[in-house]
Amino acid sequence: MGHYVSLFITSVFIENMALAYFLGMCTFLAVSKKVSTAIGLGVAVIVVMAITVPLNNLLFQFILKSGALAWAGFPDIDLSFLGLLSYIGLIAATVQILEMFLDKFVPSLYNALGVFLPLITVNCAILGGVLFMVERDYNFSESVVYGVGAGFGWALAITALAGIREKLKYSDIPAPLRGLGITFITVGLMSLGFMSFGGMSI
Amino acid sequence: MADTKSILTTPIFDNNPIALQILGICSALAVTTSMANAMVMCVALTLVTAFSSFFISIIRKQIPSSIRIIVQMTIIASLVILVDQVLKAVAYDVSKGLSVFVGLIITNCIVMGRAEAFAMSNPPVPSFLDGIGNGLGYSAVLLFVATIRELLGAGTWFGITILQPVTDGGWYIPNGLLLLPPSAFFIIGLFIAIVRIWKPEQVEDAEFVMKPQSKGMVHGGGH
Repeated sequence: MGHYVSLFITSVFIENMALAYFLGMCTFLAVSKKVSTAIGLGVAVIVVMAITVPLNNLLFQFILKSGALAWAGFPDIDLSFLGLLSYIGLIAATVQILEMFLDKFVPSLYNALGVFLPLITVNCAILGGVLFMVERDYNFSESVVYGVGAGFGWALAITALAGIREKLKYSDIPAPLRGLGITFITVGLMSLGFMSFGGMSI
Repeated sequence: MADTKSILTTPIFDNNPIALQILGICSALAVTTSMANAMVMCVALTLVTAFSSFFISIIRKQIPSSIRIIVQMTIIASLVILVDQVLKAVAYDVSKGLSVFVGLIITNCIVMGRAEAFAMSNPPVPSFLDGIGNGLGYSAVLLFVATIRELLGAGTWFGITILQPVTDGGWYIPNGLLLLPPSAFFIIGLFIAIVRIWKPEQVEDAEFVMKPQSKGMVHGGGH
């Protein structure tokens, strides 16, 4: 149990997707002007990551990994070169199915997340999470914890940034730094703050 | 083809994908700790953008618009797999150093953005050049950031010692902060500021403007 708790804390704070690995930056900067939209997108990312990382883990373990097709009678086949194509395909399909499912059964959640779901397919945080999971060779239960943790960390970072930017728009910023420039510097300072978690040993 | 040159050069400074359109930042920040990594990333991204735009443009009239994202994704992912496999075969160390970021070219918004915004409505050759131009715009920022980070962070450039560090009997004390994630954000922020001082028309409008102070400050002072 302790192993999973530590994996969760690590993926939320120490290895924060946005602030330590710069993943999902495009949407991170573009959609962080208001706290309410940031929370919407954050929740969508958590949901999608919690589903796609474990799914891709199964795909990798049972189909793509070298020798993984032994259960089907092909122990010599190594399909790992098809990885990137299959991961992104699975992510796109999952997002599409999730969108249709929510539209049909949970319309209120669909209306809240609707705009953000298509955006998520091309969010590098999702694919990044999957690739890290493959690179670090997590097993299935670890990948569930990692998916939720990484998504939660990303959501936390974008919500915090949106909160700061809501206050920041009232301040008098030098013209060349206005908008994007000062946002980058703010994110840099946040990243510096999150680095202090790096010293924690769990 | 009078505008060939402008297709190639405008994305570098006038409409830079990173500084102005906030596209493709994810990888720009992560691989810039050393020049060698940044250079490989630049070449890889420029090639993928150029060729994906080229191929998507060739079949742009056949792609049904409802599934175009998936089609674009497949073409881009195949090209990235190609780059990834070549890198693993030719330069294994660099490929390990770039870790997941070569794979992440698939979701790099520059590639998708150019496919969607330019290649879907233009013939193959201009699309190819547009891809190269945007790749170069991305490379300009990447190499600028990587130069500062490697030179000041480790005293080297492409692995060649330029500023002799104290540990080797020189005079330069390497600034370790520049090799850590936060510095990448600061440097890009400053890069954007420098480009905008040079080209003031790119400055964003303020959302709230402070009311000019009235003369007497007796009647309507404050905000």
